[in-house]
Amino acid sequence: MALLEVNDIHAYYGNIHALKGVSLTVEKGEIVSLIGGNGAGKTTTLRTICGLLHPRGGNIQFDGEDLSRIPAHHLVGKGIAMVPEGRGIFAKLTVLANLELGAYTRNDKEGINEDLEKVFHLFPRLAERRTQVAGTLSGGEQQMLAMGRAMMSRPRLLLMDEPSMGLAPVLVDLIFATITDINKTGTTILLVEQNAHKALQVASRGYVLQTGEIRLSDTAVALQNNAEVRNLYLGIE
Amino acid sequence: MEDLRRRLDGVSWVDLFLWGLRIVIILLIAVGAFNTLTSGKYTITTWISLSISGLAQGSIYALIALGYTLVYGILLMINFAHGEVFMSGAFTTVFIANYFNQTGFLNTYPLLAILILMVIAALVSMSVAVLLERIAYRPLRGAPRLVPLITAIGASFFLQYSFRGFYGSGFQTYPTVTALSGTFTVGKVTIPVVQVVVFFAAIALMSGLYWLVERTKMGKSMRAVSEDKEVAALMGIDINRVIVFTFAIGGLLAGAAGVINGLYRPQGVYFFMGFIPGIKAFTSAVLGGIGSVPGAMLGGLFLGVIESIGPNLVLEGLGIDGANQLKDAIAFTMLVLVLIFRPQGILGERLSEKKA
Ligand SMILES: Nc1ncnc2c1ncn2[C@@H]1O[C@H](COP(=O)(O)OP(=O)(O)O)[C@@H](O)[C@H]1O
Ligand SMILES: [Mg+2]
Repeated sequence: MALLEVNDIHAYYGNIHALKGVSLTVEKGEIVSLIGGNGAGKTTTLRTICGLLHPRGGNIQFDGEDLSRIPAHHLVGKGIAMVPEGRGIFAKLTVLANLELGAYTRNDKEGINEDLEKVFHLFPRLAERRTQVAGTLSGGEQQMLAMGRAMMSRPRLLLMDEPSMGLAPVLVDLIFATITDINKTGTTILLVEQNAHKALQVASRGYVLQTGEIRLSDTAVALQNNAEVRNLYLGIE
Repeated sequence: MEDLRRRLDGVSWVDLFLWGLRIVIILLIAVGAFNTLTSGKYTITTWISLSISGLAQGSIYALIALGYTLVYGILLMINFAHGEVFMSGAFTTVFIANYFNQTGFLNTYPLLAILILMVIAALVSMSVAVLLERIAYRPLRGAPRLVPLITAIGASFFLQYSFRGFYGSGFQTYPTVTALSGTFTVGKVTIPVVQVVVFFAAIALMSGLYWLVERTKMGKSMRAVSEDKEVAALMGIDINRVIVFTFAIGGLLAGAAGVINGLYRPQGVYFFMGFIPGIKAFTSAVLGGIGSVPGAMLGGLFLGVIESIGPNLVLEGLGIDGANQLKDAIAFTMLVLVLIFRPQGILGERLSEKKA
């Protein structure tokens, strides 16, 4: 059984039908990339999975449990963490306070401290700036903070919404390298990206979303060689 | 020449008018204060006494103001029924206080009696605040901002007339606590004991609140929710619980303030008593920067002092009769001026559409 199964979900914003029957699966240990243009419904898919939006049709199974009606604040306890679009850091709080909020639902002090060290090891720049107010960090550092904060809940499934958005190429490389590292330590990842090139390089499988529907789904290698993907999302003739 | 013209083009009549207004106000204050001070009518001792009573009154405003600022910080909404939350505690407890007085309990164990009264008032106001959130505001979350505002005004009337129904429309008076009715003297200044007790009781409550917001897990989740509700939910924070908690804390402080206020100004306890303190506390919150906890505290103290020394210092100097009856006018004038010239207050953010 897959770790995450999204079955034919329909999501709406008022009367706007944003997801028209999206289905996808993520197996334990995988990195799966969800690519698609602006407004395709990538963010909406992640928001629906993590309970910020409830589907009007279809269902979401995580580790055999139906998530479709569970409120967002219960999901982190079940093992799902999200790195939101635009980072969503708490700008007025310190780096450390942001990371601590990532571990909000946990009570094992020792485990939390251990994970804090792991995050600081993964992102030494955050360690240097731990007492700094998060709003004063650079874009790249804020992305690291958002990722570190998500890791603080020891998630089994990590959802990431365009982590490379607005970053300089060097930082994009660093972020993708870290995504691979996080995955190697046993965290399953569903990655949403407009940077299809990078996203398909790190993933084992991928889905292409177009105006609220899954247009293609295949292994990452096959998608990289697919004429339509190359043309539309990789910019190769 | 060109440069000057271009600069003037950017200036509208409204700007000019506001600048003029600023200058007129500053002149009036300066002239008034100068006349009063040079008249030699008051000594330094008077100013110190006035400031101390202003601080006592201001600390009560500050306690109520915290309720406005906490709720605004979390929901970007002004709970205009908060004055009634204050009234509900103060009005309920006045009867218990008088009972304690009749049985002699109040004057035998004044400290214990006052603490019990404060706890009761805090619980009453807290319940009213929590019910208000649950019944009047929660169903409207996500509605345009004008809607909860109108509801708040409706809820205000509802509470006023409900409490009139419970306790009648007559005026009640808090009993005098003998232990607090004396004075003591420092140098040449005579200070009523009650003012000191009021001030320090309020400061103790505010310190407790500050600790709660800065140090506890609940406080941290409040700050997270006030920055970004969705992301806070993703962290596992139950937003509704935080909102209820915020209303509860605001109510608790307002209720305790109701009893403290009764010690300081025993008279005038009735169903409409929340209106003026409510508006003044709101003014304090705006003055300090709505949404800011230290801002509400400072704003309250500041307003209390201004109200206390302003009439004698400025109005009398301008030859205005009956200056002391214009206290309330000072608060309202300040509110209007702050909203015109510095809507973000002393410490806070702009009162605006931002984030909404
Ligand atoms: N809060 C919202 N209210 C109304 N429509 C929205 C909202 N958020 C997204 N949409 C619409 O839903 C569709 C999918 O958006 P989104 O999931 O954000 O796309 P993506 O993340 O792929 O760019 C778009 O047509 C977008 O305009
Ligand atoms: Mg998006």
